[in-house]
Amino acid sequence: MPDNIGRHTISVLVENRFGVLARISGLFSARGYNIDSLSVGTTDDPEISRMTIVVRGDQRILEQVVKQLNKLIDIIKVTDYEQTPHLERDLVLVKVTADKSSRSELIQICDIFRAKIVDVAVDSIIIEMTGDEEKIEALLRMLRPFGVKETCRTGIVAMARGAKGISVAEIEKVMA
Amino acid sequence: MSKAENKTVSEAAEATNLKTGAQILVDCLEREGVTHFFGIPGGACLPIYDALYGSKIQVVLTRHEQGGTHMADGYARSTGRVGVCLGTSGPGATNLVTGLLTAHMDSIPLVAITGQVASHLIGNDAFQEADATGVMRPVTKHNYMVKDVRDLARTVREAFYIAQTGRPGPVHIDIPVDIQKAKIAYTWPEKISVRSYKPKAEAKPSQIDEAIELINQAKKPLLYVGGGSVLSGASAELLKLAEKADIPVVHTLMANGAFPFDHPNYVGILGMHGKYSANTAMQKCDLLISAGARFDDRVTGTVSTFSRQSKKIHIDIDPANIGKTVPVDCAVVGDVKSVVTELAKRVKAAKHPEWRAEVKGWEEKHPLAIKEGSKTLQPQFVIQELHRLTKGEAIVATGVGQHQMWTMQFYQCRSPKNFLTSGGLGTMGFGFPAALGAKFANPDRTVVCIDGDGSFQMTMPELATSVHEGKKVIVIVINNYFLGMVRQWQELFYKERYSGSNLTTKGSDIERAGDFKVGDFDYIPSFPKIFEAYGLKSRRIFKNEEVEGAIKEALASDKSFLIEAMISPEEKVFPMIPAGAGLDDIIVDMA
Repeated sequence: MPDNIGRHTISVLVENRFGVLARISGLFSARGYNIDSLSVGTTDDPEISRMTIVVRGDQRILEQVVKQLNKLIDIIKVTDYEQTPHLERDLVLVKVTADKSSRSELIQICDIFRAKIVDVAVDSIIIEMTGDEEKIEALLRMLRPFGVKETCRTGIVAMARGAKGISVAEIEKVMA
Repeated sequence: MSKAENKTVSEAAEATNLKTGAQILVDCLEREGVTHFFGIPGGACLPIYDALYGSKIQVVLTRHEQGGTHMADGYARSTGRVGVCLGTSGPGATNLVTGLLTAHMDSIPLVAITGQVASHLIGNDAFQEADATGVMRPVTKHNYMVKDVRDLARTVREAFYIAQTGRPGPVHIDIPVDIQKAKIAYTWPEKISVRSYKPKAEAKPSQIDEAIELINQAKKPLLYVGGGSVLSGASAELLKLAEKADIPVVHTLMANGAFPFDHPNYVGILGMHGKYSANTAMQKCDLLISAGARFDDRVTGTVSTFSRQSKKIHIDIDPANIGKTVPVDCAVVGDVKSVVTELAKRVKAAKHPEWRAEVKGWEEKHPLAIKEGSKTLQPQFVIQELHRLTKGEAIVATGVGQHQMWTMQFYQCRSPKNFLTSGGLGTMGFGFPAALGAKFANPDRTVVCIDGDGSFQMTMPELATSVHEGKKVIVIVINNYFLGMVRQWQELFYKERYSGSNLTTKGSDIERAGDFKVGDFDYIPSFPKIFEAYGLKSRRIFKNEEVEGAIKEALASDKSFLIEAMISPEEKVFPMIPAGAGLDDIIVDMA
């Protein structure tokens, strides 16, 4: 990868209204950028949603995108975690071929990864695991030889380490 | 209130002390101080037109929705107030797109309203349905669809607030027709607050301190004034700063009139077709103070060779503009007027006689001058004469192309807000409707549209609006039988292959000056006959000697008047910095 290409995890607090997601994704699509991962959910205030966007691209262009995100009227706060120590978590469901002969080995793998088996059928199981991208990739690598029938991921959510929080109450204090 | 004689929805609502959505909208517009409303009615906005009937707001029927957007834009640019335009659902909405993006690129405050099909039909491919909010999202500062009539008043209030604060821009509101008819008891929201939008005019004190330090240390400072200075009304403050710290002033296309053109510190227009002196000063200064400009690619040329030895102060209300194309040493995020007021108050008085002399030397080496001894009519001369006869005090609108650049070079406005041109988007056809919009707002002023024969044809039907509403605009069509700027590029960079740029019926016959005989060609349409069809007079001129008489006749006319200036297709705009070149590569003229 060229030096100026980086992976960014961007957290965005937005008004929980129709059209906001389209505004945000439009800023990326207009520049020909693909969003690697996107997750959306409401916060403890139901009027406010939080999105976590993971995107790879040229540093300067992404800086511009972050500035443009800040300009959108419905956006309350944008945080790029690139320079901040933070946690990332993604949840994956994996449906794997599993019969009598392979089931116990799969259970061992799940133990190592602290993954859960959440569904069992005669010839398959569904595994649920939470972790960062690397851990999920490692699990999938282990499972592929057994036959991965289906995967589904929630997309990454992220939070900075330490006491400092992002909440509307704190932001309103600053903006007032 | 509606004074319609037949019992309308509006009147029925009035009788019950409730108001319809349409009445609420009109009431809100009146309270925002809207005087004119530019647009075309249609099925999905008839309740709004019904509510407008008899209101204080003058309803202007345009001949195309795009014309309405540019009229609202010209109204806004010439007054600083929010312009309002409207279209119905579907094509009415999509026809607004070019005009809204034109305003968006130049930070012009507009509120655009569209009717939408009834709520229950949205998403059903209903007649005249378009996803207006989807279409408008990337061409506006913000947009809304009103889904509940109880949200309407707050939405309109927010739209006007957002349009004219911070970095101004167009805001669009889509209103389904059933919401226009729905009735509620309503009170106008006196105060509004948008939690996620708190623009601040004042810059951080530390940024101002840093800028002052840089100005005090500079030996060769240069003020680079852009459209933001016009929008914030910073002219008087810029003058104070330039005089106190003895700073020469260059400006962009958008800032024509922001600084007095006869002031000793005035250098002039910069950029791709700007003056040698202004562009050279950009390259040689040691401190570049950008005031409400955004280092557009038509100003910087190749970024890697742009003003390399200078420190840069960038004053801009929009933090996203700072460092976007050119790295800066001192970012000052704030309103230009507020920032420059502080700077002018606190910088040390200084004199830079050597630097000023250096700039003057470049001015004398390659002044912007009209070549003498031309046998054909010169476009620059037409514009210079207009400047002389109107003392630079007319409101001047342009289309986009060669004529726009000649106007920029030779019509320096006496004051800001008088030069209406599509700088960012470069929208051909902007000029005439923008001029009309300005005339509505400034009925006692002389308003002139300088246009090209290609550009003018794009919005020519608004001549009907001009006649219908009795609003006079002097139109000067610089006719060179071509899409002139395209032809200039084809001549210089595409080996004279004039592909798709000839506007005559003679094809290649008049491609060269040798073949060109004034009047001896078929040009469709005949502009004088077009004007005649609208009951308007015109003068077609062929020589420099005819210019003064024609302008005087146009000024004396009580209706819109055409001067068709027939020039050679060989006329080119110089100086020129070719696309992809740097400011040092400026071509002053072709031998």
